[in-house]
Amino acid sequence: MTGYAFDPCAKCEELMQPYLDRELDEVQVREAEEHLERCSYCRRRYRFEVSLRRYVRTAMSEEMPPQLKERLSALRTPLH
Amino acid sequence: MSEPTQQDVRRIAEEARGRVRFEEEALDLSDQVYRVARHLVGSREEAEDLMQETYARAFRSWRTFTPGTNLRAWLLRILTNLNIDRGRRQQRAPQTTSLDEKGDYYLYDRLEEAEGKPLDEERVIERLSQDSIVDALAEVPHDFRDVLVLVDIGDFSYADTAQILDIPIGTVMSRLHRARRILKGELAEEAVK
Repeated sequence: MTGYAFDPCAKCEELMQPYLDRELDEVQVREAEEHLERCSYCRRRYRFEVSLRRYVRTAMSEEMPPQLKERLSALRTPLH
Repeated sequence: MSEPTQQDVRRIAEEARGRVRFEEEALDLSDQVYRVARHLVGSREEAEDLMQETYARAFRSWRTFTPGTNLRAWLLRILTNLNIDRGRRQQRAPQTTSLDEKGDYYLYDRLEEAEGKPLDEERVIERLSQDSIVDALAEVPHDFRDVLVLVDIGDFSYADTAQILDIPIGTVMSRLHRARRILKGELAEEAVK
């Protein structure tokens, strides 16, 4: 316990997801970044989160089967 | 019947050009739409059916699209509506396991604990297999998963996601938060087995 009523790491955790989703306003971005500069605990976890997201995106990326693309093209309105 | 005027001919030609342009733009986006669709349903076959229905409907109702707005979001709105209409979603009560109540740092902390030392943030990911991520996502209840897939795979903003799913933006944020916690909880269990 730090004795502070306000826990900056808890605040940082709260800001992490919207920060990485680029959904924070400028004031909140500054708040998150100032804390990250000072706190290696949060910094490591933010970096981990970024890698995890990249990894999840790669794992989930599945190309569309070419035959489906052809079937979708065939749905176009015929030109008269 | 009277002969079409020159004005009529011009209007018809203009409309045909607009339609062709619309259909081409929609088809150009199909890879991106499919990547999202694939994870909103359980199988590749379902995703393919859903894509065909979506594009058939989109081409039929192309006039309702407002040019200059987000076409990819418009297509996904059709797709998620069709997905709900067809009752393909297996309704499951949202899980309330203890895992999803853990904090955002839970996965990292569990991996670090298992390693017994501070982790290299990049390397630790290698402990997770790609299959385990796909399996973990399947464990996330549908309502939460839809939001996660649209934001993380579709790269949609919270506002676009709210519009696509027709839910308030606050609900997008809370579902996303819980979805990520559930996903990480599942991955943590898998990784430290």
